[in-house]
Amino acid sequence: MSAAETRSLLTGNHAVAWGARLARPKVVPVYPITPQTPVLELLTEFQAAGGLDAEFLTPESEHSVMAACIPASLAGARVFTATASQGLMLMHELLHYASGARAPIVMANVNRTVASPWAFWPDQTDSLAQRDTGWVQLYVESAQEALDTVLQAFRIAEAVSLPVMLNLDAFYVSHALEPVHVPPQALVDAYLPAYAPEHFLDPERGESWGNVVTQDMYRRHRKSLGEAMARVPEVAAEADREWQALTGRGWGITERYRCEGADLVIVSLGSMCGTAREAVDALREAGIAAGLLKVRLFRPLPAAELRAALAGVRDVLVLDRNFSPGAGGVLHQELRGALYGMKHAPDVRGVLAGVGGVNVSAAMIAELARGARIEDIVPEAVWA
Amino acid sequence: MGLMTDLLCSGHAACPGCVEALSLRHVLGALGPDTVAVIPPSCLAIMAGPQPLSGLRIPVYQPALATSAASASGLRRALDALGKKDTQVVVFAGDGGTYDIGFQALSSAAERNENILYVCFDNEGYMNTGAQKSSSTPHFARTGSTPAGKPTRKKNLTAIMAAHEIPYAATASSGFLPDLLRKVEKARAIRGMRLITLLVPCLDGWGVPEDQGIALARLAVQTGVFPLYEVEDGYRFTLNEPHKSRPVRDYLEGQRRYRELDEGVVATLQREVDEGWARLLARL
Ligand SMILES: Cc1ncc(C[n+]2csc(CCOP(=O)(O)OP(=O)(O)O)c2C)c(N)n1
Ligand code: SF4
Ligand SMILES: [Mg+2]
Repeated sequence: MSAAETRSLLTGNHAVAWGARLARPKVVPVYPITPQTPVLELLTEFQAAGGLDAEFLTPESEHSVMAACIPASLAGARVFTATASQGLMLMHELLHYASGARAPIVMANVNRTVASPWAFWPDQTDSLAQRDTGWVQLYVESAQEALDTVLQAFRIAEAVSLPVMLNLDAFYVSHALEPVHVPPQALVDAYLPAYAPEHFLDPERGESWGNVVTQDMYRRHRKSLGEAMARVPEVAAEADREWQALTGRGWGITERYRCEGADLVIVSLGSMCGTAREAVDALREAGIAAGLLKVRLFRPLPAAELRAALAGVRDVLVLDRNFSPGAGGVLHQELRGALYGMKHAPDVRGVLAGVGGVNVSAAMIAELARGARIEDIVPEAVWA
Repeated sequence: MGLMTDLLCSGHAACPGCVEALSLRHVLGALGPDTVAVIPPSCLAIMAGPQPLSGLRIPVYQPALATSAASASGLRRALDALGKKDTQVVVFAGDGGTYDIGFQALSSAAERNENILYVCFDNEGYMNTGAQKSSSTPHFARTGSTPAGKPTRKKNLTAIMAAHEIPYAATASSGFLPDLLRKVEKARAIRGMRLITLLVPCLDGWGVPEDQGIALARLAVQTGVFPLYEVEDGYRFTLNEPHKSRPVRDYLEGQRRYRELDEGVVATLQREVDEGWARLLARL
């Protein structure tokens, strides 16, 4: 651990802003939305005070924010933005545009319910509904992880030329104050050198982007996008290992908590994992061999890692703080897909827990886990 | 025309005789090579060509239809951050991409006074999708989505943009080339948001013969249907030559989009043009 590291009390949002500041982005287009607004406010304060030398744009909508991000990135600038919920929804057209343009933009999304009706609570349907847009997706559990992940996200994005979205739950992470280690600038500069892409928009080079392509060119382009995605688990793991070597903090692309000898494993994303840890401790104390598998990298889904982590496990309980009407919990579906065809695959149960931001206590999770061991498996996710 | 180098290559895929392609070539020539263009879906994007070819000898970024002004803003800021402050960022967009779906982003970029030159190639309809109306389509003109004639009047983009008090807003016509080139050169030298609304007859969409495009672009000005003027900082109006000197009927004849207009409609259009002209004179 570096001696020059400072320790501060930060919310998840402010930790994101600190991460962004340390990454030295050159262009930051951004639009306010609850509960992301403190990210925007702190970044603009940094800039006003001279701590962040970036071009700030505050256009009329998130659609224009992402529209501005893409060619700024293609011109060769490092680009950061942040949004939540409706803002992410409004960007949808341009999320595809960004990955198609292979623009390594990093965006923080604060997971909040999507309207209608209007609500402001933690719920991951907003980002999970973007799973097919070609963005790498990471989910974090704490303010510290949020800060570290912003920096890792740029490493990943620029290594594979894909945009990266890091997701933090509304309020539980975005607004909760925690002690956070803020690494020194020199450490970050060594970890994340200035962005220097091979291709960029410049009159001296004459390269263009977006012109109409043939069927075959389009197909090849999509295929290469898929190949870049396929490299992400290894690239992300390496970015995390290097970060750990520098700071002592590593998060993994997945994390196994007390999974040794577990016959029941809880699987979830984001802040739910913090509560699930407590439930696992309680279950272990009660003599039940339970563990937690936290999925930090959700897109691409690290299927090989998940299969390895769950090999030999009898029961899996997926907790989804999101809802895809007609399909159920998104992580539940995805995990079943990843385990399909695996020899002696575990029984996978899905529970819609915490949808709309309702509180899910450690006791509730422990109760659900006990039920999972005795009740018959059903293919659909059930409402907690 | 000393700057005229061919930055638009031959062999682009616009309709034969397309006035828009001709105007694009001249506008590019006046801008010069230290320019990056933002071209949303439109006939202009067809001229920019299919990958891996490009019809333009400058870099082109083709954004989503609603996003030209926002994309140009992001590009501008990135070039600024990278120390390329003298490179021009120019938008070449159609009227649909400007008056309609891209308008919110354009208004915002104007309010922020982004340092971009926005040239709207106004052919008064969605031509790339087969000639449907836009909010730039004039009163009574028939289009694919207004088969009985458009029931409402053309939106006044230049006036709306001037009302944002941007440094420069002007109209131009492909029928008056020296005036157009002077305006491009003038706009090029100004910093901040600049708009040129360039009237370009569409042969196909307006229903005019291949050799009549330029003549119509001139008639639109001579009849006062599309006056040439400049507005600096939102209030300094300059009226450019030529002024209104002919009846609107001379312009309507020979365009299939105005076929079968009865006398009452022609009189209505004449009254609208006369009133518009008087309002413009009052602002000088
Ligand atoms: C979001 C979206 N909606 C619809 C389209 C289809 N579209 C492509 S070009 C165009 C019309 C453009 O009209 P205009 O801007 O006037 O350009 P012109 O074709 O006349 O040159 C439309 C509707 C699109 N590309 N994107
Ligand atoms: S449709 Fe009209 S504007 Fe488009 S290429 Fe043809 S003539 Fe030109
Ligand atoms: Mg048009």
